[in-house]
Amino acid sequence: MANTPDYNYPPMDKRKIIGQRYKRLDGPAKSSGRAKYSSDLKPPDMLFGAYLHSPHAHAKVTSIDTSEVEKMPGVKAVYVAAPAGTEINWQGYEVAAVAATTEEIAREAALKIKVDYEVLPHLVKDDDLALAGARAKQGGERVVGDPDKAFQDAEAVSEGHYGIPVVYHCCLEPHGQVIQWKPGADADGKSDEIHAWPSTQNVPDYATSLSQNLKVPATNIKVRMDYIGGGFGSKFTPDAWAIVGANLSKKAGGRPVKLYLDRAPELMIAGNRPSAYAKIKLGGKKDGTITAWQTESWGSGGFQPVNPPAQPYTYANVPNIREVRTTVSLNGGSQRAWRAPGNQQASYLTCCAIEDFAAKIGMDPIEVFKANAQYAARSGAADTYRYQLDKAAELAEWKKLWHPRGQSGSGTIKRGMGVAIGSWNGNGHRSQCRTVINPDGSVSVEIGSQDLGTGTRTIITQVAAESLGLQMGQVKLVIGNNDLPPDGGSGGSTTVGGVSTSTRKAAINALMKLYEACAPALGAQPEDLEAVDGHIRVKGSPNKSLTWQAACRKLGTTSISEMGAHNGQAIPGLVTGGAAGVQIADVSVDTETGMVRINRYVAVHDCGMVINPRLAESQVYGAVIMGISTALYEERIMDRETGKTLNPDMEFYKLAGIGDIGNIIVHMDIREENDKRGVIGLGEPPAVPICAAVGNAVANAIGVRVPRIPMTPAHVLDTLEGRNA
Amino acid sequence: MSSRKDPEVPARPNSGFSRRGFIQRVGIGGGALGTGPLEKEAAAAPANVAGPGPVPITLNLNGKPVKLTVEPRVTLVDALRNYLDLTGAKRVCDRGTCGACTVIMGGKTVYACTVLAIDAQGKNIETIEGLATGNTLHPVSQAFWDNDAQQCGYCTPGFVMACKGFLDEHPNCTEEDVKHGLGGNLCRCGTYMGVRKAALQAAKAMKGATKNG
Repeated sequence: MANTPDYNYPPMDKRKIIGQRYKRLDGPAKSSGRAKYSSDLKPPDMLFGAYLHSPHAHAKVTSIDTSEVEKMPGVKAVYVAAPAGTEINWQGYEVAAVAATTEEIAREAALKIKVDYEVLPHLVKDDDLALAGARAKQGGERVVGDPDKAFQDAEAVSEGHYGIPVVYHCCLEPHGQVIQWKPGADADGKSDEIHAWPSTQNVPDYATSLSQNLKVPATNIKVRMDYIGGGFGSKFTPDAWAIVGANLSKKAGGRPVKLYLDRAPELMIAGNRPSAYAKIKLGGKKDGTITAWQTESWGSGGFQPVNPPAQPYTYANVPNIREVRTTVSLNGGSQRAWRAPGNQQASYLTCCAIEDFAAKIGMDPIEVFKANAQYAARSGAADTYRYQLDKAAELAEWKKLWHPRGQSGSGTIKRGMGVAIGSWNGNGHRSQCRTVINPDGSVSVEIGSQDLGTGTRTIITQVAAESLGLQMGQVKLVIGNNDLPPDGGSGGSTTVGGVSTSTRKAAINALMKLYEACAPALGAQPEDLEAVDGHIRVKGSPNKSLTWQAACRKLGTTSISEMGAHNGQAIPGLVTGGAAGVQIADVSVDTETGMVRINRYVAVHDCGMVINPRLAESQVYGAVIMGISTALYEERIMDRETGKTLNPDMEFYKLAGIGDIGNIIVHMDIREENDKRGVIGLGEPPAVPICAAVGNAVANAIGVRVPRIPMTPAHVLDTLEGRNA
Repeated sequence: MSSRKDPEVPARPNSGFSRRGFIQRVGIGGGALGTGPLEKEAAAAPANVAGPGPVPITLNLNGKPVKLTVEPRVTLVDALRNYLDLTGAKRVCDRGTCGACTVIMGGKTVYACTVLAIDAQGKNIETIEGLATGNTLHPVSQAFWDNDAQQCGYCTPGFVMACKGFLDEHPNCTEEDVKHGLGGNLCRCGTYMGVRKAALQAAKAMKGATKNG
């Protein structure tokens, strides 16, 4: 066809499948226990792997002796990851690993490996910058406008200090994989072959990364994953455990090896969210307009330096800014992307400082956030924020329930309200999809993506079915292996925009071929045809039609196989970036025990065109619940003296339970003006504002700022007793 | 179900540490514990000692006896997953905190990571694999699907079993009851809002099924 096909979606009111609340397609497999995660697999002859980890935060390996373990019955391979001379910079570092016929033997053997360490000095805490010494590195000063003059001219100035700690991803399925390295296994008997069943957010790029490390051609590396038990940004690369697992397999003569982290190392070494601490000063007018912003911030992402995020967040166009950021290198596990990396910290620091400014000038913070929406960095976002602030306030009964800071009555239980904002890009990543239409009418959609539990399977199928005029059950979807057309890793809320666009294009391209095949029978030109309700018909003459089956029979014996590609650039109407959200926490604080309870939590979010509102709402519920958990309970606790991690478990590293989250109200901002922007990702944006909203609500309730998240009884009571530093 | 795919278990005449051994030593040495059940168990042990090498055991799983050979230190969750390929129960915290390995044993929900497989003999053990009837989902599983009480799904089988066990005992539960009754299971994706609705829907469906059947 000479003309470029029209890939635009039908208008909102004409869509039949997109926009509907379909239940997730993999729901029955998951809720019946039939879904096989990679950590559930047991291919024939599989060996069980186990690690020995460093007990020290900073040490040098002086000797390592595996001889006794090599002789243990059942042990098939031993691999030393940290030979003598290796400097270890965090507790939990992988020292050696064993593969054995049972998991019990593997674990016992790993603990019997003899290692001597020279223990070295450590630094494991960054809450007090004065103690960081040479481990702190200043990142330089950033100045916008004339902050000195702006502070002089300000009608009001507020100051505060704030802190948000390191938290873990705590994926329920730990990091790891089943992996098999078969020497000389390919057809010519010369090249090696690797089969990997990982728990990864990035099936399509896994083989490339692994091939660079193992020197086996990527074409000989087969990757498959059907289900993943959580990633949240921490599972993008094959990691050391894939390389160690593969080497154990090779040493064991090519038997598959299962090597997953136990819970303690999972928390200590498989990624975390960096900390951020700041002293912030704001100047502005008594009408709520902010005119000057000053931040001194620091934080740590582990041993490698990571600067805390820039301030102010989202309202980045404040005219006068001074900012100094400092990074602290700690002897702790390295940071990884954590659902909206940098944004929770940034939102916490910025939105708490704005709330403190509102309290200082005696204004309703909703009005202060609206008064400064003009500073939103993304063009056009100011109106969205004003709309969403009003909408969230309405749903939270803000006008009825909010009171000026601290005016919460004389009882010991104080109720308070807090608001915060968030933003995210969420533009779709590069993606390729193949749509096959067979002469028997069957349809397959093939795409090298993965479903993290976000509903990717379901939304791809919805886009394909809508595009082909079919029902959901008529489309067979294949994802989750690296033989398929490559999609991208699922991170940064980029998946939905990528897969929907490539799927839409592949489906329309395939449909064009089908139109060509059946146009003669309908006495029409291909461009005059449309696919509606399981029929191919002539536009404007619905009685001139073929059923889908009859149309496909016109293909003779040759199937249609068409690709659709998305290059990652925004396409108006199809896919774009730039999402906003406003959230409000309604909390009660027991001033005698320091306990904070969530009464109600409101989240208002836009994400462009919503393919499945049920699944979109689930994303928001999930992000808010994860956020409430971090706002109330979660914190990596390190011991300054011994360098040990004190809570690498799920007993003392607390996650919120079903009774801890209050009542959550989600409002998806589905309006035509948002819809026509195209698809935008939603995984991260709702995970951003929670710590700030809860922190602000606590300050509103008890009349003083509790500087440090999480809002534990200890932190709340310290503040009430005036024990903050 | 068969033990055909059991890992190779070499004989281990001189085994070291085992959980059972630990429990026994605590029982003998922990004078402060008094004459508790641990001490009685330890005192009875010499007459009926198992291990430390692999021992044949029989588990009554979903109504069928299943034979396998495991070391006494193997937990029930590891026996199910590593020796029987029943992988619905997940090993997450491995310390009795998160509930991902929940099964129903002798009519009570238990964390399968805190039960030794040898101690699970002689009791009826229900795992999630026993819930569905052919292709028809159990009402609890159906309710989890209907209410999108699952995302990554790794906590879901444990949650479904906890929910089934809870509803068996509390068929007339309220939402407040559900918040307490299912407090022993943790989800990281944040599916609790759906789980609350699912539990109430399943309670209704299970009562209906009882009345009709």
